[in-house]
Amino acid sequence: MTVNTKVIGLEEAAALVPSGASVSIGGFTSQRHPSALLRALVRKGVRDLTIYYHSAGSDVDLLIGAGCVRRLEGAYLADGVFAPIAPNFRRHVQQGRLEVEDYSNAAMMARFAAGAMGLPFLPTRSMLGTDMVDEVPADRTPGRTAAGTPKKFVAHCPFSGDKVVLVPAIRTDFCLLHVQQASAQGLVRIEGQEFLDVQQALSADSVIVTCEELVDDDHLRLEPERNRIPPFAVQAVVPARFGAHPHSVHNHYDYDPDHLGAYDSAARSDETFAHYLETFVFGPADHCAYLDAIGGLRRLDQLRPKRGLGYNPDLRRKDRGTQ
Amino acid sequence: MSKAGWSTLELMAVAAAREIANGEVVFAGTGLPMLAALLAQHTHAPESNIVFEAGSIDPRMQQLPMSVGDSRTLLKAAQAGGLFEVFNYVLQGGRVDVGFLGGAQIDRYGNLNSTAIGTDPRRPEVRLPGSGGSADLAALSKRTVIIARHERRRLPERVDYCTSPGWLSGGRSREEAGIRGGGPAALVTTMAVIRYRADSHEPYLSSYHPGFSPAQVQSQTGFKLDLADAIETPAPTPQELAILRNTVDPERIFLG
Repeated sequence: MTVNTKVIGLEEAAALVPSGASVSIGGFTSQRHPSALLRALVRKGVRDLTIYYHSAGSDVDLLIGAGCVRRLEGAYLADGVFAPIAPNFRRHVQQGRLEVEDYSNAAMMARFAAGAMGLPFLPTRSMLGTDMVDEVPADRTPGRTAAGTPKKFVAHCPFSGDKVVLVPAIRTDFCLLHVQQASAQGLVRIEGQEFLDVQQALSADSVIVTCEELVDDDHLRLEPERNRIPPFAVQAVVPARFGAHPHSVHNHYDYDPDHLGAYDSAARSDETFAHYLETFVFGPADHCAYLDAIGGLRRLDQLRPKRGLGYNPDLRRKDRGTQ
Repeated sequence: MSKAGWSTLELMAVAAAREIANGEVVFAGTGLPMLAALLAQHTHAPESNIVFEAGSIDPRMQQLPMSVGDSRTLLKAAQAGGLFEVFNYVLQGGRVDVGFLGGAQIDRYGNLNSTAIGTDPRRPEVRLPGSGGSADLAALSKRTVIIARHERRRLPERVDYCTSPGWLSGGRSREEAGIRGGGPAALVTTMAVIRYRADSHEPYLSSYHPGFSPAQVQSQTGFKLDLADAIETPAPTPQELAILRNTVDPERIFLG
């Protein structure tokens, strides 16, 4: 039994990710993003990231608004009802400050899965007939984007003759995840929906996992069928309680409608977003100070789930900002 | 709220719910589709199954989710997986009967734009969230139901950007593109229900909501509608309204 530990702190984890890196981030719209780690990345001043995403929310939008992102490839950027279009994303693309290449969610799923399986591409029956596939100008070699990366294109199946779209595998430098439990040796336990976390993790060279609870390795080995990422694929484990706030973590806390509403308003202009960053990212000295800034234990208690439900059925979700 | 005692959103939710048959597998996104799917389960389609792209399959929800990844979609679910299971095994595997879609623009043949408004998608006038699962549902469900606000600028002859394929340019164009799934069955709007003719897939006015005339619907539509078969949209029943208000959305999250 090894006693090697992969446990590091948030700032130490953020220091692992250099400017210019390619990154994918776990979670789904307003759920289970490694938000505390992303705030640490912003504080450190990382720049020029390429982000691969499927259904992102104010995780990726925060990085965009803080000027950390150069290029995006993905499917969807919104915080559900809280922000029907991610505001920084919208403004930065409209102003020509950001490159985006659009795919569907099934296509991004296939791209991460291909990367995770060591395949160069996978076929999908989706995206045929859409402008997502017809983006390649005639004067450019099909299969390459302006940035020179491989691109989707239509092909015929060599067996059936069916038309399919071939989508290129994704290999990222980093995958950043937030999960319910992890061990110091890198075992990971996800509760509720997995989203695309497993495929994203396994298509990355380095996986950094932040977790609600650091638990004993042997405890997670009692039910190995619930562990979906091999520990040798995980580089670092970072204990970060409430580390997904303002997003939800199934069985641990609900999303914070007040904060997500305030985020949506603040992210609509550079000036108001600078104030948001000062208040919630640069101002607080550390993650604990951030939790004080969002209302401390009084607010976090209101987000506590009811046992057996995984969420708080009494959470006030409408008329946000008035609670 | 109309004099009749129900709102446009309630009428739309009821009209959309009636598109679901008992026993069907329903792929629902955020908002009105969730109201429709839950209302159908509580009324005429108790054995329908709801699937969410974030990973939850066939739950017994007690509260409306704010997004398809919400923990509320997991309550008493048959399975909790992720995008890999839902997109590969459920959707691409051909197991979804009806997919619900929405978009900022919907054109004559039911093609949707949820990516970018304007002539250059790299520098759009309005950047929208992107496909998400919309293109996948549009291509791979056995049929789709589209929900939209009825405004002339939202219903152009041709979308600025085709995110999710409808009947493409009509006729056999969808089949020739190699698309497997069935295509749009209905477009439920704030004014009407529009359907598509067999073979030509030309749009026709199936019904206009109480308070509107076929001519008014046409004047707010950017493409030509065949008005010949139009009837008035049947009003919601008291039972449908009671379930919608008291059981499906008592917090009035989507009903407003």
